[in-house]
Amino acid sequence: MLLRRQLSLAIRRPIEIGNPLVFFAIVVALFPLGIGPASEQLAMIAPGAIWIIALLSSLLTSDSVFRSDFDDGSLEQLLLAPQPLYLSVLAYLCAHWVVTGLLLALVSPVFALMLNLPAEAVGTLMVSLALGTAVLSLVGGIGAALTVGLKRGGMLISLLILPLYIPVLIFGTAAVQAAVSGAPVGPFLALLGAMLSLAIALGPLATAAGLRISIDA
Amino acid sequence: MTDSAVGESLAEVKDLGLARGGRVLFESLSFAIRAGELWQLEGGNGAGKTSLLRILAGLSRYGFDGLVSRAEVPLYVGHQAAVKGLFSARENLSWHVSGGCVFADEQIEQALQRVGLCGFEDTPSHALSAGQHRRVNLARLFLSEARLWLLDEPFTAIDAAGVSELQERIGGHVARGGAVVVTSHQPLHVDHTVHHLSLDGARIS
Repeated sequence: MLLRRQLSLAIRRPIEIGNPLVFFAIVVALFPLGIGPASEQLAMIAPGAIWIIALLSSLLTSDSVFRSDFDDGSLEQLLLAPQPLYLSVLAYLCAHWVVTGLLLALVSPVFALMLNLPAEAVGTLMVSLALGTAVLSLVGGIGAALTVGLKRGGMLISLLILPLYIPVLIFGTAAVQAAVSGAPVGPFLALLGAMLSLAIALGPLATAAGLRISIDA
Repeated sequence: MTDSAVGESLAEVKDLGLARGGRVLFESLSFAIRAGELWQLEGGNGAGKTSLLRILAGLSRYGFDGLVSRAEVPLYVGHQAAVKGLFSARENLSWHVSGGCVFADEQIEQALQRVGLCGFEDTPSHALSAGQHRRVNLARLFLSEARLWLLDEPFTAIDAAGVSELQERIGGHVARGGAVVVTSHQPLHVDHTVHHLSLDGARIS
């Protein structure tokens, strides 16, 4: 129910969905300009570049997950609601993932093409992005919950959350690189999956606690 | 609403004390809110009315002394309307974050009618005025099944006719065995005993 509410909210503000994608596209377009259009060079940095941009666009949007609800008082009502806060938080973050991470994973083949990533790695890129961005949304939620009470939480949330994004970046990039070089990608995706399980189990708990603290202050 | 035995305690406060910014707002406050009681919190601006209400609601969990216990989840109506501008009045209620899809469409229509929003059910809320936002939020008083209501300045931005309708609703709720705690600077016109709790020096009468 909450998931549906959040998704319809997002759909009525298409700019908020479009912005991260446009951000993604523009930064991807900057790489050939900055590094030079030599296709081997681009292909070499492509896995890392795409993952770092995904990370940043997830970071930019995670600040807004609870922001508007905090501003209009819906968050207070959410905390008082009879349903477990864990599930509510999970629904919020799931909606956030669908409109940012999942969408990004779906359009990532286009960006892979722009950076000349070998075609055989595109499938892995999509799967690893879908798994990885879900972890990013869940971890980002913790930072969002802790900083929602602050007027300018944007910079603080980066400092809090970016270190926690590193493992996802390492294994996400490694999976794509393995696919490029023809090595098995299974172990890396399994590790991402393990991180996701851990994040689903523990992330909403931390987020719920963060929200309670932010509302209390 | 389940008819509850009048006198059953819905919320209890023991030895409550709160200090903000080095100033003691109230201390050693003890009272119980029982079913069928109407409480009005009084006090000047900054006396701690909202703080006390948030403590009662369970939104504030730290930073005060004493014990607070609640029998069930109360209905809390705060200063902020909790109305999403992108949703219509109907959607705001049916998708309200606290509750979840439990209200039938007719119930919501009736509730909106009672708060005078007939004809605005499907208008996007950003096209409504501040008072109408408050009314959308207050429509929850006609939907909720909570027995304990905590209302923080419910009459703000509401016109005179709306205020008397609301007071009637509050009186009706108390008569049916609910309990209401109101912070308001306006006197309540209900045929019911009003327990006054003044926070200027914390007196209970």
